[in-house]
Amino acid sequence: MLDDALIPEGAKRCAFPIFIIGIIIVGAVLLWGVYAMFLCWFKGLNQTNMNDYYGFALWIWADLAVIAVGGGAFFTGLLKYIFKVDDLKNIINFAVIIGFICYSSALLILAIDIGQPLRGWFIFWHANVHSMLTEVAYCLSCYFAVLTIEFIPNILENRQVNKVPFFHHLAHNMHEVMAVFAATGAFLSFFHQGSLGGVAGVMFGRPFAYREGLLIWPWTFFLFTWSAAAFGPCFTLMVTKITEIITGKKLVGDKTVNLLAKISGWMITTYIIAKIIDTVYWAFVTVPSMGFELGHFYSNNGFYGYWILITEVILCGVVPGLLLINKSTRENPTTRTIAIILGVIGVCLNRWVMVLQIMAVPVMSFDSWALYIPSWQEVATTILPVAYGIILIAVAYRYLPVFPQELELNEPADAAAQN
Amino acid sequence: MFPFCFEWVWDIGHAIFFGGFWYAISILGAGMTYCLLKAAYDTINDKGDSHH
Repeated sequence: MLDDALIPEGAKRCAFPIFIIGIIIVGAVLLWGVYAMFLCWFKGLNQTNMNDYYGFALWIWADLAVIAVGGGAFFTGLLKYIFKVDDLKNIINFAVIIGFICYSSALLILAIDIGQPLRGWFIFWHANVHSMLTEVAYCLSCYFAVLTIEFIPNILENRQVNKVPFFHHLAHNMHEVMAVFAATGAFLSFFHQGSLGGVAGVMFGRPFAYREGLLIWPWTFFLFTWSAAAFGPCFTLMVTKITEIITGKKLVGDKTVNLLAKISGWMITTYIIAKIIDTVYWAFVTVPSMGFELGHFYSNNGFYGYWILITEVILCGVVPGLLLINKSTRENPTTRTIAIILGVIGVCLNRWVMVLQIMAVPVMSFDSWALYIPSWQEVATTILPVAYGIILIAVAYRYLPVFPQELELNEPADAAAQN
Repeated sequence: MFPFCFEWVWDIGHAIFFGGFWYAISILGAGMTYCLLKAAYDTINDKGDSHH
């Protein structure tokens, strides 16, 4: 193959032309998104269906969703480097790559959303220190720097790059102090995940979102951080499973997968108990105190009904939590996969509700439901990060030693194939 | 962002926001500087294979 010298030693990869054809197909989708992105930049936000009444484009949901599912990187890093859960070394590289993709996508989406990307630096230079979103912008940028630092050693371990003595030593030294970076990342993640939830919770003019809380932090602050730590590992496991299906190889050992699934299961279960308590208190105390009834938020419209609450909390919260904490269902590949898929859907649905349903609910007596239909440019720019993520994972898997267990787990199969 | 910017005020809000921001930046900067300098030192002194 043309690129044999770059492929990790002993690893088997598909033929180079097949790889390139795959990249071209996904690259076409990526270019569609890039075209829509440039339309938004050059022609303005009139390319979206946003207006003065409804100010959140579809990509804001995507932004919060990728940040939530990207939480697997900080939580896995915290467990591996700070709590010394050594078994996670078999999946930490991939968790970091997924986190890198999620956070770079989130920053890209924000660059589209501000409409004037050339003024992106204003948020740092002319910071509004009374805004939770300023904290989000700071922590997102800093945490993306952390993820880049965590990703660099893996890049430096490429077969050819690692032959350069300086890069070899740099990768080694970065591994040595990775705990410092991981701790900083966990600190930053705690605050920006929380503040994204806090933004919704402090909106006292939007009774659907408003929550009481602790000091300046509404309960949604803690629920967002908790849910990202709980469901983030589910996304890491889901993407690992998809990569295994596409490559036809076992890439991470069952022991590591079951361990991460177990931790995720307990986090989901504790989170969903807190979420249910929060929802019940909101429904029976907060909402009536603001002059509303619960039914107001789930009726008189063609889309948002009680089904969305039940799906988020029960089907995609309680069910995956129970499936993952129960040993027999966790160790059964089918039920484990169902649980992690439900978990990922659950956290994405939570972000949808906390971003888009908030804007849709009528607040004033003369208001009506705002059921938003995104423009094709919004859809394209929301799909753009998915295409970018597929390409980056494909390139990283092909050229970097992402999975330390790959050779060991596939040895018997390779040997059998040779015989 | 800096005390010489016209919006800057010496209050608790700026202290917390920018204190945290510069604290995080300093840790990342110091960590990377250490790694780069040590890698240069190790390369110059030709340290043998270091496995991780």
